[in-house]
Amino acid sequence: MNSVFTITGTVMNIHLPAEVDHHNSERLCEEADRLIRKKHIRCVLFDFSDTAFMDSSGVGMLIVRYKTMRFMGGTVLAVNVGERMNRILTMAGICKIMDIYEDMPLKR
Amino acid sequence: MNQNEMKLEFDSRSCNESFVRVAVAAFLTQLNPTLEEVADVKTAVSEAVTNAIIHGYEGRVEKIEISCRILSDVMEVEVSDTGCGIADVKQAMEPLFTTKAECDRAGMGFAFMEAFMDTLEVESAPGRGTRIRMSKRIARRQSQAPGDGRRSEPLRDMEVFAKQPGISNETGNS
Repeated sequence: MNSVFTITGTVMNIHLPAEVDHHNSERLCEEADRLIRKKHIRCVLFDFSDTAFMDSSGVGMLIVRYKTMRFMGGTVLAVNVGERMNRILTMAGICKIMDIYEDMPLKR
Repeated sequence: MNQNEMKLEFDSRSCNESFVRVAVAAFLTQLNPTLEEVADVKTAVSEAVTNAIIHGYEGRVEKIEISCRILSDVMEVEVSDTGCGIADVKQAMEPLFTTKAECDRAGMGFAFMEAFMDTLEVESAPGRGTRIRMSKRIARRQSQAPGDGRRSEPLRDMEVFAKQPGISNETGNS
């Protein structure tokens, strides 16, 4: 699981698996929430570069993390989002609440 | 007429979700679908099976049955469980409605099934179980271009997300 989460300062990159479904997202969420609390994370990047499949479980995962981070004054981004994933995120209305990038945005 | 059927019975364990959607996708390939059509069916199957596992059996390990039928150029999928059933199907199908918000559920399972398939029927009786029937016509390659965008229509009203409490339009990064 170590390579899934990369923490740089207060930024956490979550490298999502090829398939984000109920089975995968449950464990991912648990670990992500633990790290967000423990490491005082202010920005969460969901990295979709290897993700080819996602269902509404993944949407739930993003929304709940978004709410948590917003509540603490942090941000959530979706990066390396391909065409299919972009369609799912758009359909679910995620693009209205969080920034979605086709690539990795430049570090500020 | 082109006709073919298959049926699978499996334990309601979450590790079977990926197995089942891949099995259905493999069965579907005989209709020569586009990658997008395969992805649509996989997503819908995943939603139906996940519902049966989380809501139907509430984590108990019992049996889920899925049967697929190809009739000409239409793929029909039926997912049934003998779990707790749904008291109010209409309410359950509303986008964003969920009884398991604490489990990070988005309440979009049925909305995704509706969006990715052409038809969706839900039959349920409390205490008896739920049966989901959905179908999708697989376009003939020469007559229809893939990804014409028509399927994104039904989800317009799901953009209500932005109006949810605790969610605002701004993302907070500049």
